[in-house]
Amino acid sequence: MTEAATDHLDPNWRNSRAEPDSFEFDAESEAQIAKILARYPESKKASGVIPLLYVAQKQMGRQTGSAWVPRIAMDRVAERLGMAPIRVFEVASFYFMFNTKPIGRFHLQVCGTTPCMLRGSDDVYRACKDAAKVQGYGHTSEDGLFTMTEVECLGACVNAPILQVDDDYYEDLDYDRTVRLIEALRRGERPAPGSTTGRQTSAPEGGPLTLLDVRGGD
Amino acid sequence: MALQDKDRIFTNLYGAQHWGLQAAQKRGNWDRTAEIIAKGRDWIIEEVKQSGLRGRGGAGFPTGLKWSFMPKSNPDGRPSYLVVNCDESEPGTCKDRDIIRHDPHTLVEGCLMAAVAMNASAGYIYVRGEYYNEGLILQAAIDEAYDAGLLGKNAAGTGYDFDLYVHRGAGAYICGEETALIESLEGKKGMPRLKPPFPAAVGLYGCPSTVNNVETIAVVPEILRRGASWFAGFGRPKNSGTKIFCIQGHVNKPCNVEEEMSIPLRELIERHAGGVRGGWDNLLCVIPGGSSTPLLPKHICDDVLMDFDALREHKSGLGTAGVIVMDKSTDLIRAIARLSKFYKHESCGQCTPCREGMGWVSRVMDRMVEGRAEIDEISVLEDVTKRIEGHTICALADGGVWPVQGLIRHYRPMMEERIAAYKARHAAPVLPMAAE
Repeated sequence: MTEAATDHLDPNWRNSRAEPDSFEFDAESEAQIAKILARYPESKKASGVIPLLYVAQKQMGRQTGSAWVPRIAMDRVAERLGMAPIRVFEVASFYFMFNTKPIGRFHLQVCGTTPCMLRGSDDVYRACKDAAKVQGYGHTSEDGLFTMTEVECLGACVNAPILQVDDDYYEDLDYDRTVRLIEALRRGERPAPGSTTGRQTSAPEGGPLTLLDVRGGD
Repeated sequence: MALQDKDRIFTNLYGAQHWGLQAAQKRGNWDRTAEIIAKGRDWIIEEVKQSGLRGRGGAGFPTGLKWSFMPKSNPDGRPSYLVVNCDESEPGTCKDRDIIRHDPHTLVEGCLMAAVAMNASAGYIYVRGEYYNEGLILQAAIDEAYDAGLLGKNAAGTGYDFDLYVHRGAGAYICGEETALIESLEGKKGMPRLKPPFPAAVGLYGCPSTVNNVETIAVVPEILRRGASWFAGFGRPKNSGTKIFCIQGHVNKPCNVEEEMSIPLRELIERHAGGVRGGWDNLLCVIPGGSSTPLLPKHICDDVLMDFDALREHKSGLGTAGVIVMDKSTDLIRAIARLSKFYKHESCGQCTPCREGMGWVSRVMDRMVEGRAEIDEISVLEDVTKRIEGHTICALADGGVWPVQGLIRHYRPMMEERIAAYKARHAAPVLPMAAE
């Protein structure tokens, strides 16, 4: 499997022509920021750096169709939290889920760690390559729709193999179901996340063998 | 004798019912909460100690003892914090995900009880970034609890004020290490801190803090409701209680299941996961407790019990109870090499032995997959892993080299065969190679 340079390791990304000239939080983002900052003590606002970077990334997704965090948005986050810009920058580059370079409309995150590998993540990788027409990990399709990234264990191992599309997990995949999922995304549909075999979450295939005699609930 | 449904704590593990407060209360959550909390901090800690509960995040430290390290009063005015670790990223582990998306009120109620036990005024639940949808459900459950007066001022009518927040991480395995998690929560890179001072003295925002795994906290309300002896009645002494196992890999029906501790591994796999693909005799080996725990070859799996002490006797561990099953079709060297790649990717880069060592191990393991190596290099690899182990601030590097050590310990001949086969294919003399 190829190990393409991950986005934020590209030394030239800072000078990328994609960097916008300005970034301001919109009303939707401001509402989220107010909620976020209420969670931390007034003097510990820096705790909001990861949440605010998410807010910026989501807003870019809404506004441009590409959910990433440009440098200027990091500076806005720094201003808002009273942090040195470098502190925000190092957080944005340390954590894997912030895209520091533009990505496609859909972010295909293939889990390749051993539990998924044992259940066929190689097929999911192949299906993404074929159906989304991306060269490999770290690449974006020519139509700008799909970026494929290899991610480490997504923590849904009993439903392996997993493909995370943006925020949604698609589970129990094989080659064909992955292709169908990507074709649906291409058509503008958004299949319901979860198991693609109709299995009940993390229960064994065919239905639960335990918890058949449980009180209450509805 | 398998665990009966009436003794299961996570009665909505599969999400058959709604996660919301109303359904949760019908299942027995938030029952007599104020009455239990009225028994006081010391009683709660003693009861948790008596139950034998050991941390469910991997290390297995006694929970009651950990709580007792928290200061009894805060004369210097610093608040105490409860921090819940839901950064579940250990390959093979997916239990906390089910708790927060299907049974979140077990956790929310547990947070209140734990907070009383450690005199914490606020709690933060650190949810891994990838659990976006799950985190939304947890937040909604917390909002419901606030609306019902179960959190906030005079939480659940206890006279105790307690606030609970969700904090979302952003994709870093290292943040599952408690001090890295605290750093991350403070808005920094997730790099572990040296201990001491321990978080109970200097933790989040420099205040006394305790970091517990989700499952550890979520089982507490039932322990306190039903009594320590009920919980201690499951499993062997010092390994007591029930536990969520994540059974995956080459089994017929991968699943999560709550079972009694000390259940035989074979029974666990055959009763709940439909057995090994192709039958028990097709089993090659099992990683019993998430990726950091060394593998067990079949002859050990035949009769080993799933608890902390039994697995430690076999130089492995219960870890997070993520049971990764591999049948004879597995390219085992590749499976372990992929884990090495995981640790290389997740090393935070703070300590040299880990930063350089994980990359080195991963590159050598990649050559071992092909067999493009010298026989002697297996010993070199083993030697280097022992020099990495124990020489770093946190346990990530230990967890990173243990799978490789387990492979060499049990499957050295397989690695030698692979090398011999490579040499046979490339008859020309091969120059000795250092790590690339």
